[in-house]
Amino acid sequence: MDSEELRTRLLKPDVISGSEILLRSLLLEGVECVFGYPGGAVLYIYDAMHGNPDFKHLLTRHEQGAIHAADGYARSTGKVGVCIATSGPGATNLVTGIATAYMDSVPLVVITGNVATTFIGTDAFQEADITGITMPITKHSYLVRDVKDLSKTIREAFHIANTGRKGPVLIDIPKDVSSHLTEFQYPEEVNIRGYNPTVMPNKGQVNKLLQAIEEAERPVILAGGGVVYAGAHEELLEFAQKTRIPVTTTLLGLGGFPSGNELWMGMPGMHGTWTANTALQNCDLLIGIGARFDDRVTMKVSAFAPKAKIAHIDVDPAEIGKTVPTAIPCVGDVKMVLELANQKAKPAKSEAWIQQVNEWKAEHPLSYKDSEEELKPQWVVEMIHRQTNGDAFVTTDVGQHQMWAAQYYRFNHPRRWISSGGLGTMGFGFPSAIGVQVANPDATVVSINGDGGMQMCSQELAICAIHNIPVKIAVLNNQVLGMVRQWQEIIHGQRFSHIDLAGSPDFVKLAEAYGVKGLRASNKEEADAAWQEAMNTPGPVLVEFVVRRDENVYPMVQAGTSISEMIMGDAE
Amino acid sequence: MTKKHTIAVLVNDQPGVLQRVSGLFGRRGFNIESITVGTSEEPGLSRMIIVTTGDDGTLEQIQKQLYKLIDVIKVIDLSANPMISRELALIKVGAEPSARPELFAVVDTFRASVVDISPSTVIVQVVGDTEKIDAMVELMKPYGILQLTRTGVTAMTRGA
Repeated sequence: MDSEELRTRLLKPDVISGSEILLRSLLLEGVECVFGYPGGAVLYIYDAMHGNPDFKHLLTRHEQGAIHAADGYARSTGKVGVCIATSGPGATNLVTGIATAYMDSVPLVVITGNVATTFIGTDAFQEADITGITMPITKHSYLVRDVKDLSKTIREAFHIANTGRKGPVLIDIPKDVSSHLTEFQYPEEVNIRGYNPTVMPNKGQVNKLLQAIEEAERPVILAGGGVVYAGAHEELLEFAQKTRIPVTTTLLGLGGFPSGNELWMGMPGMHGTWTANTALQNCDLLIGIGARFDDRVTMKVSAFAPKAKIAHIDVDPAEIGKTVPTAIPCVGDVKMVLELANQKAKPAKSEAWIQQVNEWKAEHPLSYKDSEEELKPQWVVEMIHRQTNGDAFVTTDVGQHQMWAAQYYRFNHPRRWISSGGLGTMGFGFPSAIGVQVANPDATVVSINGDGGMQMCSQELAICAIHNIPVKIAVLNNQVLGMVRQWQEIIHGQRFSHIDLAGSPDFVKLAEAYGVKGLRASNKEEADAAWQEAMNTPGPVLVEFVVRRDENVYPMVQAGTSISEMIMGDAE
Repeated sequence: MTKKHTIAVLVNDQPGVLQRVSGLFGRRGFNIESITVGTSEEPGLSRMIIVTTGDDGTLEQIQKQLYKLIDVIKVIDLSANPMISRELALIKVGAEPSARPELFAVVDTFRASVVDISPSTVIVQVVGDTEKIDAMVELMKPYGILQLTRTGVTAMTRGA
């Protein structure tokens, strides 16, 4: 149907139920697919979906799967992801996903049902104060007490979620509110008195930044997820090239700057490159762009970038000066700040510095000791990169496999790297890939998982099978909780405590049990062939790679030490 | 340098706003020494007066973090300018009739007032800045404080 025609039909001021208001409002917000799980408190909402040809809903097998899928949908598109769960346990099962999205500034609208308003506060069956529970992990939240407020609330929620510093917004809808009737009116304008994000930067501050760049001899750009979320990757490239400043992209910033560019130094921090960390420790001007100076980047803050004047561009004023003292603050939308800066940007005095950086890159590239006997996880990531032409959407959980994917899958485009950075959520990788694939049906979507994280949401294999969602799932199976094992080896004197994942399922059979093709590879030849088969198979495929158990991620900086104290391990 | 700050926060008069504000302080490790809330000059808005301690950097973070809350309209550091701050305390002391003349003299000197008298007790009301209340409480101790309640600080900047 013509979208204009649909819009006109949706906007009709009919007297309808809260549930129908919700569905119409979501459609008017351009939501293409909602991920959810029904239950008692959302029965009216699910009833309104019945037979509704316009509304697309994907039933996951766990609420955590639903919210991570909505998250992947949002990260890969820049649109707001939406999920629905019932009250009580349904709502509390979303908590991890809400915190994940909050930490990484992902725009989500999370709809939960609640018991009827008359039961709220009585410890009624399946009642939980979900707005109270989630207050510290949402950008904002609403408990809708009157059906007349519902459409305005949804409109506001979408606006708040996807403007300024993005984030999850929760709307809790009591059961009677979803059943009551009222005339539908969808507000055109949103006007929230207490919410006016600063988008346009202060010109004086931008000029100060440009001045500092012209004077700098050893400048560095630290670009974070904010560059990707603001859609500012082209502006960043232009900025770096005009100013001649080497760039390091944080974990969430991967793809925000092309990895093939001569100015790119790799990732900084705990598992960052030798070049990026050394450059940070020696730079005289550090420009943070849409990055929040996470402790995994700065490590010991008092020893971080000790010689640098720090400039910080961010849409969230509270980020400026939060962790590191900032000499030049620039509050505003990253894209707009960079657009403004690019109009007058002149090169820094950085040619000798760039040469130095390039020497470091040549002397200390990311590397690992390859093996012909055992399958190395880094090699598997490189093989996947090769076979997907470096062009796939890649999602991960947290841990060793995440770091290897970040290090060895080189990203040249934004929004292709989908990973839980801030919260470090196991179980995120696979369901988020489902959301990415729903949003990008024709793209190659690869979910790289560890054997631990895969078992946290593996039930969503059913969704891939039923809907033929062609996610290619790689499980790097080292039979152990790898990153914990690595820390116990290096920090706790090899006292390995509760890390053995013996008793894990046969991942091939697990996939097959859900109707998903499963393959296994234990050496390079098998790995190459299995992945090729996976790529050539329409529909979802899980490939289990049996990799070396004791492999560590290097470089590594120990918690509490400075990023200049890198353990190079096998890398050298 | 750590010092006391008094900040005024204008917020939407919505259920849960106090929880959002106090939750933010708790979660981010900011200290709340006192917090008072009441209606403001504008219908639909309440004003919170929060007394907190910290260095200037902490105060800046508190202000910025508060502004991130959608229900927060305005944050002002009152203690940056000359301000009037007041607290109210009710102090119930044991006071037999024989002890009262002396007690009343103290109350008068402090420009406090006696707001209730029973055969064996007296309730004293005192209004002033925190130091004055502290001093009054000290003076009442010898009579035997039976109950003490304080409102927390409310404040306003001087002038226009």
